[in-house]
Amino acid sequence: MGDKALLSIQQIGKTFSNGTVALQGMSMDIEQGSFVSLLGPSGCGKSTVLKIIAGLGNLTTGRVEWPTAQVDHLGRPDHEISFVFQEPTLMQWATVFENVWLPLRLKGASRRNAKDQVEEALDMVGLKDFATSYPRELSGGMKMRVSIARALVTRPKLLLMDEPFAALDEITRFKLNNDLLHLWEKFNWTVIFVTHSVFESAYLSSRIVVMAARPGRVVADIDVPAPYPRGEDFRTSNDYNRYCREASDALHSAMQAGDHL
Amino acid sequence: MSSPETFEAMPVDPVEMRKARAIKREKIGRWLLPLIVVVLTIVGWDRMVVINEIPHYIIPRPGRVLQALIEDWSLLIGSLGTTLTITFSALAIAIIGGVGIAVLFAQSKWIEMSFFPYAVILQVTPIIVIAPLIFIYVDSKFAGLLICAWIVAFFPILSNTTLGLNSADHNLRDMMKLYGASRWQTLRFLRLPAALPFFLGGLKIAGGLSLIGAIVAEFVAGTGGIGSGLAFRILEASYRLNIPRMFAAIILISLTGVLIFMFMTFLSWLFLHKWHESAIKRES
Repeated sequence: MGDKALLSIQQIGKTFSNGTVALQGMSMDIEQGSFVSLLGPSGCGKSTVLKIIAGLGNLTTGRVEWPTAQVDHLGRPDHEISFVFQEPTLMQWATVFENVWLPLRLKGASRRNAKDQVEEALDMVGLKDFATSYPRELSGGMKMRVSIARALVTRPKLLLMDEPFAALDEITRFKLNNDLLHLWEKFNWTVIFVTHSVFESAYLSSRIVVMAARPGRVVADIDVPAPYPRGEDFRTSNDYNRYCREASDALHSAMQAGDHL
Repeated sequence: MSSPETFEAMPVDPVEMRKARAIKREKIGRWLLPLIVVVLTIVGWDRMVVINEIPHYIIPRPGRVLQALIEDWSLLIGSLGTTLTITFSALAIAIIGGVGIAVLFAQSKWIEMSFFPYAVILQVTPIIVIAPLIFIYVDSKFAGLLICAWIVAFFPILSNTTLGLNSADHNLRDMMKLYGASRWQTLRFLRLPAALPFFLGGLKIAGGLSLIGAIVAEFVAGTGGIGSGLAFRILEASYRLNIPRMFAAIILISLTGVLIFMFMTFLSWLFLHKWHESAIKRES
């Protein structure tokens, strides 16, 4: 375990009641301030890992440790964790402001008290002028931005993202990729980003963890030491191609390994 | 304009124009057509009675019904008041009871599994066969009428609200858990708002049913006691072969039902038009 590890996953396993082994003996440390992608074919348990880290799913074996934090009786750390789902997951009946306000509201912050923080979060994702809009009035990309603003409003130390941009068109996805990277560089959170896109993982992350299915496990751990800020130059560079190639190869052998089982 | 290019004026799309005209026609037709049909029905009714020389104590002419409505107005309006008091009291209790029990069900699957069958049994057993028993066991006629109307009206609210409370987005529920929301907070911020469209759908049905429940109960309760609702007037008029008054009372009941329905539809629109698919107007 490294000095700066924010969390340490040790030999975690998850078996469902129907006998499906979703995860088996998976271990990894997540460094403070890193941007880690979990890359793998569908059904490899990437989302399950994320839910377990968030405290939304229980473990069959192993444990999740938070070396730098105090934990409560449920094993949850005392700092904020936020989750961005694949769908924007907004409350349709509430305005953009009210959606972003929700995490603070649950902690007892009134509209007035939460106002500055909510507006700051909306500003970060470029939606300051849409505070009074309803989700249905926004495009897919804008809804996702609201979802991200809601995740950021609590100033989390750890941001968990479950294929957040998978349902968006490529132009919107590139734009959101860049915006997310800017925010990450500025605020230095730790991000764990689940994706099935090799290109997305190579563009965003400082590290790619490749997983295989049946049972879900880590099969490759690729460092992406390319410097930030990354932009369109990086997207067309040889380095980027090399990382993509490496991740892609690992993914292919992961899929073959999964098929043999 | 700072635009460097100027565009030629585009010709107006004839298909779009036709669409726009069709929408305009539909808007007018929505009011005009039912009105024409109603007028035609009344005229047809009148002609039928006149041509076949049907005596007024079997089918009265529309004019005679109108006359009864005006002459018996003070009598009928009082009865309408009684029926409406029962209808709205029953609806109010149905809302409180239906939503209350639905929330209770939502808190525990076990409670829901245990008691939902009772709700179904109450719903599927015709009120007309339970009502006599209720009037034997309950001394107060008003309370008896209320119970009958309530039994009929509460089920759609209960079943719709239960469905709504359980249909809150799973990811949002996970998020509530992640942020450590209490049971009450999850209910208040997520499950109740998610249930609102379902509840309003149930309310639309329950509004009409509470009127029907009140009328049926009045029929069963019969002419004794305080009975002075519209159903009582209909019974009384039928004994006296006062057919125009029967028609007048029936028309009042139908109009009341239509007004209740329209009010519930308006309520639905009021709460949902900003966000819910069912209440949003589409451009194309």
